[in-house]
Amino acid sequence: MRYLVSVIDDKSNPGSTDRQPAISAFNERLIAEGYWVFAGGLASPDTATVIDNRGEQAVFSDGPFVESKEYLAGVWVWEAPDLDVALKLAAEASKVCDRKIEVRPFQ
Amino acid sequence: MSDVEEAITRAHHEEWARVIAALTRRFGDLDIAEEAAAEAFATAVQRWPADGVPPNPGAWLTTTANRKAIDRIRRENKRDDKHKEAQMVYADDPPEPLGAIDDDRLRLVFTCCHPALAMQTRVALTLRMVGGLTVPEIARAFLAAESAMGQRITRAKAKIKAARIPYRVPAAEDLPARVTGVLAVLYLVFNEGYLATGPDTDPVRHDLTAEAIRLTSLIRALLPQDGEVAGLLALMLLTEARRTARISASGELVALDEQDRGAWDAALIAEGHRLVRERLAAAAAGVAPGRYQILAAINAVHTSARDIRDTDWSQVIALYDQLVRLDPSPIIALNRAIAVAELDGPEVALAIVDRLAEALAGYHAYHATRADLLRRLGQSQQSRAAYDRAIELAGNTGETAYLTRRRDQLQ
Repeated sequence: MRYLVSVIDDKSNPGSTDRQPAISAFNERLIAEGYWVFAGGLASPDTATVIDNRGEQAVFSDGPFVESKEYLAGVWVWEAPDLDVALKLAAEASKVCDRKIEVRPFQ
Repeated sequence: MSDVEEAITRAHHEEWARVIAALTRRFGDLDIAEEAAAEAFATAVQRWPADGVPPNPGAWLTTTANRKAIDRIRRENKRDDKHKEAQMVYADDPPEPLGAIDDDRLRLVFTCCHPALAMQTRVALTLRMVGGLTVPEIARAFLAAESAMGQRITRAKAKIKAARIPYRVPAAEDLPARVTGVLAVLYLVFNEGYLATGPDTDPVRHDLTAEAIRLTSLIRALLPQDGEVAGLLALMLLTEARRTARISASGELVALDEQDRGAWDAALIAEGHRLVRERLAAAAAGVAPGRYQILAAINAVHTSARDIRDTDWSQVIALYDQLVRLDPSPIIALNRAIAVAELDGPEVALAIVDRLAEALAGYHAYHATRADLLRRLGQSQQSRAAYDRAIELAGNTGETAYLTRRRDQLQ
């Protein structure tokens, strides 16, 4: 089962910024134990562009599709046998990243 | 009730969860299990009066439900690879051996009480899947609209399937936390029965307290070594034992000091005390008791006293002190203060209660306790104001009637 694991940043309560060494170590472990499929940190939501080409011509707008206090700071994709395994890893991920984590299954 | 009706009711109580659990394991889908079990019981209602009750009702129901499930799967032609892929995860063997008594029903309970589901959802799902209550019954129990309750249960089943919430007993290292979660669900069901909310609701909902006790007894049979399970069961039994004495003929709540102790249920008290003694022996052997065991012990002190004046209040306070160390919540501090009033007088207790003002301003029992202490101190005017506030906040009809009488009796 694949899960999208989102790292949620909170502007009003930002986590610590020196997490990279711990995250790298955690990633090594995810790879070694066979859970790791993909991982990536994201640039700030201000750098996003939304494209809507459902009409006559493509419309570009500057900024993220939703303005909110919480935003996506990075994602993982994990392969895990069930939600219990994913939640256990996510609990560790939350500590490692010092941020909230959302776990959502792929269809 | 005829013999057949009785047999069907008994089979429903004893076999519902077993049928659901066996089918969930076989088909990996709670939805299929639920529908097939409901159909099997409907078939029993049709057939048993004419054909007679089968010699082994449980086996008959499981076989019938299995057939219904297979029919449905064939009908929907869902046995393709995609369906198999979406099946719930289950393990034939729990990760750690649980001893002789393992049971499919235990997996079912842990799935229904999974921490990834909202608390209210866990309660509803447990009552439906393990308790066998119908959706309208559950909706009535929690004063929710039937459609909303139905949706809640449907969404939960969909999440269990889509997110792959596993169908198994948690590993030994996770077990204590997960059992705590299960007990919280059962305690919530019991409390909603014991102090039912709603202006048109009976003050005590015996259907809910009985269901909570039945489910907790089941968990006790499945996890006989767990001290908190025993503690919660004892707590429920000792509370339930006072049920009939706690409400007057006119539907008014009767406080502990005014209850007819002869009306308490001696058999429930004996069973509760036996469990408390079992846990006291374990505590003496060095196993620290959890909150349910301590609450049960407090209730055992009350149910051991022939008279309110016989109550060993210093023992009650010592137990509350133990509880405060585990759970320093203001509600526990409030209950401790009620015992302090009996031992050290209302003035000492009031000082403690007043310190909880900020935390408990919206809690009816805080104002009711203050009102009673102020009354005993002869401060009628302040007492009246506190009763007013308590009446405003109380959601239980028996309690409202009791508080109103007490207020109107003030000089």
